[in-house]
Amino acid sequence: MDFTFTEDQLLFRDSVKDFLQGEVTAETVRNLWDTESGRSDALWQQMVELGLTAMLVPEAYGGLGMNELDFVLLAVESGRVALPEPLVETAMVATPLLASLAQKDPRCASLLEKIATGEARVAVQHSVNALVADAHIADWLLLPQGDQIHLLARDQVSLIAQDSVDPSRKLFDVEWQGSDETCLARGAEGVALLAATLNRGALGAAAQLVGLAEAMVQISVQYTTDRQQFGKAIGTNQALKHHMADCAVKSEFAKAPLYRAAYTLATRPEHADFAVSHAKVVAGEAALLAAKNSIQSHGAMGYTWECDLHIWMKRAWALDKFWGHAGFHKNRLHHWLLKPTAKIGADKTFGEQG
Amino acid sequence: MDLNYTPEQLAFRQEVRQWLAEHVPAEPLKSFDTAEGFEQHRQWEKTLAEGNWGMVTWPKEYGGRGCNLIEWLIFEEEYYRAKAPLRVNQNGIFLLGPTLMEYGTDEQKQRFITKMASGEEMWAQGWSEPGAGSDMAAIRSKAIRDGDEYVINGQKVWSTRAVFADWVFCIFRTDPESERHHGLSFIFVPLDAPGVTVRPIPQLDGLPGFAEIFFDDVRVPVQNRLGDEGQGWHIAMATAGFERGLMLRSPARFQQTAKRLVELYRDHQNDILDLSIEDAVVKSFLDAEAYALSTYQTASRLIKGGKIGAEASLNKIFWSELDQKMHETAMGILGARAELLPHSAAAGDVGNWLDGFLFAQSGPIYAGTNEIQRNIIAERLLGMPRK
Repeated sequence: MDFTFTEDQLLFRDSVKDFLQGEVTAETVRNLWDTESGRSDALWQQMVELGLTAMLVPEAYGGLGMNELDFVLLAVESGRVALPEPLVETAMVATPLLASLAQKDPRCASLLEKIATGEARVAVQHSVNALVADAHIADWLLLPQGDQIHLLARDQVSLIAQDSVDPSRKLFDVEWQGSDETCLARGAEGVALLAATLNRGALGAAAQLVGLAEAMVQISVQYTTDRQQFGKAIGTNQALKHHMADCAVKSEFAKAPLYRAAYTLATRPEHADFAVSHAKVVAGEAALLAAKNSIQSHGAMGYTWECDLHIWMKRAWALDKFWGHAGFHKNRLHHWLLKPTAKIGADKTFGEQG
Repeated sequence: MDLNYTPEQLAFRQEVRQWLAEHVPAEPLKSFDTAEGFEQHRQWEKTLAEGNWGMVTWPKEYGGRGCNLIEWLIFEEEYYRAKAPLRVNQNGIFLLGPTLMEYGTDEQKQRFITKMASGEEMWAQGWSEPGAGSDMAAIRSKAIRDGDEYVINGQKVWSTRAVFADWVFCIFRTDPESERHHGLSFIFVPLDAPGVTVRPIPQLDGLPGFAEIFFDDVRVPVQNRLGDEGQGWHIAMATAGFERGLMLRSPARFQQTAKRLVELYRDHQNDILDLSIEDAVVKSFLDAEAYALSTYQTASRLIKGGKIGAEASLNKIFWSELDQKMHETAMGILGARAELLPHSAAAGDVGNWLDGFLFAQSGPIYAGTNEIQRNIIAERLLGMPRK
């Protein structure tokens, strides 16, 4: 029993954190709002050079052969800077799905190689999400239909853009026609792969939500330290201290469930539903509270377009509902926990829940 | 990261489970806030000590087993699973014990820890004073050096277990000219020493769970001082770290309550009208689990040489508010019978939820109020301005 990350995992997290903090500032994010795609190919290439897109690609296809546990801290850091690029979606959500099929399907194998080298980006549709994120810059799209999963190139589908409250989010309705040729998996295999994809999507969103929550608290602590009223920093007032402390408690107790979810997905994916839903629910709660208490701490400034806080708030509001909103995940938890046969107890914390 | 128990850890769990199955009293003991119940609990501590289970993390030479924190968590999980009696000496074993281990001389460890582990000596805590509650640095009770002794005068209050305990560990002002957190020292006083008067204070349940202690020219040898003279505040903060952080409230306690809550919900599922109850039940279970996960993480970190600091305040807020919420939810499920004392004929299966509910009200107050904890988090963890 050892509930810590390795030195290597922490060191890599630190270097990715430094990179993201340096390259993805509020100014970067705002500048991308004014571009047509809202995305930066240059930034993507930098992430490719760091090996980020190759992490979960198996070594046989030119990747690093790592897993969700290796990636989860990087997803937290992506959230911390409100990264607009679909790094988490491509590297942690789509890649393992392709990897599951690569041995029997050369299209998946070749796509994995291109993801690792940065030549291809992949978007994923799932029935829990109304829309597909970043379909406009994806070279390929993974599209489910019932128990089938299809792979189509972007020029085989038509996209209708749908605007999000978060100007960094790029969402699309995708119209497409599948065929036997585009179908990668069907039946029980398709269902299992889609279920696993949902869990990875929820893990990725949860990780980003934890990063977003911590970032908002940091921004608000800075603001309440600088802003003076009645001749002193407003952050000296206990009411504001307690707003921030409440956020810190929520974030802290979202982290261990998040790490357990990543570990379970990496080691026993067939038993990950419970752990993933737990992580998604509490990470969403942490981020929503951080958004609420942060805008309150900023006063009228927090309600403006000019104040950077909304970059993080809007992402939090969006990701809380992405890859399963609280209702979806709570239902999974309720269903499992309240049935009479569920075996529960402190000795089963690391057991086979869900 | 490896979230599997080792074969040794699994074997340890079985060993604990089996011993508890053979030794935990079939009939629940009386409350340790009664004279009879206190003696029953003292006997239980002795039984634990005979099996070397008094405090498994302590070195073997002090009656422990040299277990690491993961094994301690396993022990606690089995302990609550077996519904074993609450630890009457928790002030000693969970708070003073780890502090002694860090700051005590070899002589002090030999003298005090061994008797703590053996169940011979029960401890109370004497920190708060009428004028020093949340503001603990306002302590005024004095211990003035006189040769090889300290002469103690003053008053302590809210001293848990002091009515029946044998010893109290206190913080006194040893430098009468000092102010605030300077000039304080950490001193042990036997509660049967001449000049000590203990006045019981009935708690919410009517039982004397804590007391006021009056010191009137009480003399103790200087060997009863832990650490250096004037180091009292520093040592007290370390003890408070154990109190809030890890030892005092192991996650198993809350996981056991959460499990009982889920079972209570299942039993009453068809007559619950309040739709928020189901959500509260599931949330309680998840929060208890989150606390356990977080504690395993902290334990793993400490085993590798990490330290626990102000983040202990995050834990204290989380478990105390979780405990309150779980008991509120249980009362909601029990409905009109929730107010009944368990011995009432009409109480039926209300069990000890009411007791737990009353005790849960104290959680956000003792060990430093949650308001103080939030200040600590804001200022020391998040870096918000003090003034």
